Amino acid sequence: MDMKVKYRLPSLPQQAVLDDTDQALITLIQTGLPLSPTPYADIAKELQLNEEDVIQRIQKLNDDNVIKRFGVVVRHHELGYKANAMTVWNIPDDAVSELGACMGQFDFVTLCYRRPRRLPDWPYNLFTMIHGKDRDDVLANIELLAKRCNLDENEHKVLFSTRRFKQRGAIYR
Amino acid sequence: MDALDRKIINLLQTGFPLTEAPFLDVAVQLGVEEKELLKRLSDLLENKTLSRFGPMYDAQKLGGAFSLVAVRVPEDKYEIVTAIVNSFPEVAHNYKRDHDLNMWYVLATDSPEKIDEVNAKIEKKSGLKVYNMPKLEEYYIGLNLPV
Repeated sequence: MDMKVKYRLPSLPQQAVLDDTDQALITLIQTGLPLSPTPYADIAKELQLNEEDVIQRIQKLNDDNVIKRFGVVVRHHELGYKANAMTVWNIPDDAVSELGACMGQFDFVTLCYRRPRRLPDWPYNLFTMIHGKDRDDVLANIELLAKRCNLDENEHKVLFSTRRFKQRGAIYR
Repeated sequence: MDALDRKIINLLQTGFPLTEAPFLDVAVQLGVEEKELLKRLSDLLENKTLSRFGPMYDAQKLGGAFSLVAVRVPEDKYEIVTAIVNSFPEVAHNYKRDHDLNMWYVLATDSPEKIDEVNAKIEKKSGLKVYNMPKLEEYYIGLNLPV
């Protein structure tokens, strides 16, 4: 018999196993790497480790996806991406992973998450953050996205932000 | 920001080498002096074009939790509800959006249990129902915007 699992609950990211040295390293570099010719040696000196150990630990944090990205973190607004919209989609549950992966490959999509519906008030289960130079550019990007991922038939809503009341960066231990 | 700044940002959005002299490696790739690269990065951080140079962590892997929460706030109560919500240090950001569910805030806490605790307190203080929408699955995050 051909049995296919059409839908399964995705596993949530598990808390990583980190020792005290990892914790100290994570805390030390959370605000940024030293801008010196030998940043890892500098970090090693600070933590009383050797450089090779620091490099291996960062590599491991990266491989385990504790570090999601490593490099420059840009401010969209300062780079001319002045508009963004939270765009939400009502996607059949068995298609959401595939469509999420399709949407996530576009440069102007900076967040792409599946979240629970809250019926009857909120039928949308796929959330994307779409950036653009201005509102029209954002809307054009959404249209392009819908077309390229064959989403024309799917119900979606574009929620521009009208006011920002609070923004702080996440703080880690 | 000039062409070299753009080249630096576009290249370093894709990653950074884990080598003994990583800036030198990047400088060679860009065809500039290491000193020039370090100066440019320092300036881009100074003038806030870049928010950070280094790692971006997955908070959930560090034991923390995030959730996106929506509230339907009557216009005449918007200011007071904003004050209530923003009084919680766990609220990382809070946007007004053009929808019936018009308040959208993000909670960042050091444990998943705290998310429910804070939401319950906000419901009690505001008298409004909150719609908690935690992330169930994350797809590739393309933070690489060509500049």
